[in-house]
Amino acid sequence: MLEFDLQENGLRKLNSALHDQKENSNQTVWKITNPKGSHAIAVGIDAPIEVNIEGSTGYYCGGMNKLANINVKGSVGPGVAENMMSGKVVIDGDASQYAGATGHGGLLVIKGNASSRCGISMKGINIVVHGNIGHMSAFMAQSGTLVVCGDAGDALGDSLYEAKLFVRGNVKSLGADCEKKEMRPEHLELLEQLLSEAECDAKPEEFTRYGSARKLYNFNIDNSDAY
Amino acid sequence: MNKIGKTKIPHTTPRYSATFSNDVNSDIRRAAATGIYDIRGGGAKRKLPTFDDLLFLGASISRYPLEGYREKCETSVTIGTRYAKNPIELDIPITIAGMSFGALSGPAKEALGRGASAAGTSTTTGDGGMTPEERGHSTKLVYQYLPSRYGMNPDDLRKADAIEIVVGQGAKPGGGGMLLGQKISDRVAEMRNLPTGIDQRSACRHPDWTGPDDLEIKILELREITGWKVPIYVKVAGARPYYDTTLAIKAGADAIVLDGMQGGTAATQDVFIEHVGQPTLAIVRPAVQALQDLGMHREVQLILSGGIRNGADVAKALALGADAVAIGSAALIALGDNDPIYEEEYNKLGTTAGAYDDWHEGMDPAGITTQDPELMKRFDPIEGGRRLRNYLKVMTLEAQTIARACGKNHLHNLEPEDLVALTIEAAAMAQVPLAGTDWYPGKPGTSY
Repeated sequence: MLEFDLQENGLRKLNSALHDQKENSNQTVWKITNPKGSHAIAVGIDAPIEVNIEGSTGYYCGGMNKLANINVKGSVGPGVAENMMSGKVVIDGDASQYAGATGHGGLLVIKGNASSRCGISMKGINIVVHGNIGHMSAFMAQSGTLVVCGDAGDALGDSLYEAKLFVRGNVKSLGADCEKKEMRPEHLELLEQLLSEAECDAKPEEFTRYGSARKLYNFNIDNSDAY
Repeated sequence: MNKIGKTKIPHTTPRYSATFSNDVNSDIRRAAATGIYDIRGGGAKRKLPTFDDLLFLGASISRYPLEGYREKCETSVTIGTRYAKNPIELDIPITIAGMSFGALSGPAKEALGRGASAAGTSTTTGDGGMTPEERGHSTKLVYQYLPSRYGMNPDDLRKADAIEIVVGQGAKPGGGGMLLGQKISDRVAEMRNLPTGIDQRSACRHPDWTGPDDLEIKILELREITGWKVPIYVKVAGARPYYDTTLAIKAGADAIVLDGMQGGTAATQDVFIEHVGQPTLAIVRPAVQALQDLGMHREVQLILSGGIRNGADVAKALALGADAVAIGSAALIALGDNDPIYEEEYNKLGTTAGAYDDWHEGMDPAGITTQDPELMKRFDPIEGGRRLRNYLKVMTLEAQTIARACGKNHLHNLEPEDLVALTIEAAAMAQVPLAGTDWYPGKPGTSY
């Protein structure tokens, strides 16, 4: 295991070392100590490595991740795993705004709660939140899956495209063009798989599915109140 | 026939209202019939104060000119000298503005890359990601980082020669976009992770940051991902140029792209294009002032866009303090957009060559702003690239002609003192004297 003290060595050295990781190296596990809320930790990784961050982080932790497994033993600031392409990011604590924003792929697991705009504009990423999520989550979400084991705040899935939303608890309100959908066997299967990958013991049958009513897909003046 | 006694009452000539003009009336009838606001492409069409309201003084006894074709007048510019390990070096201070694959066809994007590369300058992606054609044919490609993040991925980010964080554009400060379903081909849809044929709304705000303090952290993230190698530009609409330039510099930008209201868009509400924003002439001095106040003029480069058409516009923008300009609409015209050779087809679409602006409908007779395979065939990217190169060369020669006449051996040596204004408005906006006077409104030391 490679250990890196962020306070001592600085952000540039850290990301540079993570980007320069040799493909054939046996040393693929990193431990990052003293993150102390720093921004842009472990961003832009493009290698199948494991990064364990021993504490809480600031903005954009794991941003644009490809292939890496990133574990945060703490909470994260805004935009964790933003635009993630693949790999897995697991947060032991809570996540601030825009968790998983615009993500294209991979799995983001938040074991605590997520704040507002979780999964905003998501484009293929899967997100599992063990706790609750805030308002305007999955706004303009295009594809991928958002699983919420707790409750969702106001305006869930506003202006939703083709992303799939599953909520176990209460939804305070649905956003424009988001509606409750029938749970079919393939959805239960998908949920089972994601819950297992996210080490969550909730049962797929306990969830309700939400998706796009597809009424705003082509502009129509009769829907103008919804815009 | 009305008569008073035996006298015929003469008709007055029919008089149109300046308020309810034929244009206005047709807008009202269109709105009443459809219930939908008018969406169109392009920039502001209304008459505005422009660079045409400025004149160069040329040389005289106190300033001597350089010999036209004998003495050098340099045109190169380097962008991104503040933080980037690899700044962009351009042969000419005229770049190609961001226009999306989706709004434009693949071959049109290729032609922009070919023309820009042949002229020694950069081109820019748009809201829809980077295509291999565009990357392949552009020696210097600026990758736009937009609110929608359509097609955004770290691999393309690392292939870019510069990154442009788009906060706004001159045609619609504070507005997002909408690419109507008829232009969403399978390829466009796939690049944007959306179904084919549905309207694609582009958000007006970035999904994961708001405000200048967040922007600073976003810039840090992009620099960390790209190893501090490439310049990071921030593009803003000409809404509050002094403050936006100040905040972008504070947030760590390498360059500011400032876009006036004549700057085009692929599709936006006409009311937005015509009524929000400021003319390009009015935004350059406040931005330069912000750069100077922070000691960053020429250290953080200013790229001005919005209605730049010829070498005179380039020279005037640079004289007022910009480091470079960007062209979009003009580049499309050079490629063949709105060419009268397609007049009959423009007529069939209810318009005429020179006025066609329904780019969002995807039926462009010139095959440029379309995804229709048949229309696209009309456009030859090699010929288009050659035309754009020629046009860029002509603009550069024109700017050099003016600069030499003003005695400058580099376009960047042009200065506000080389200019006068033809109108009081232009004098106030450009802060150069009204022709024949030594005064402009707001001049320090004057009371009005």
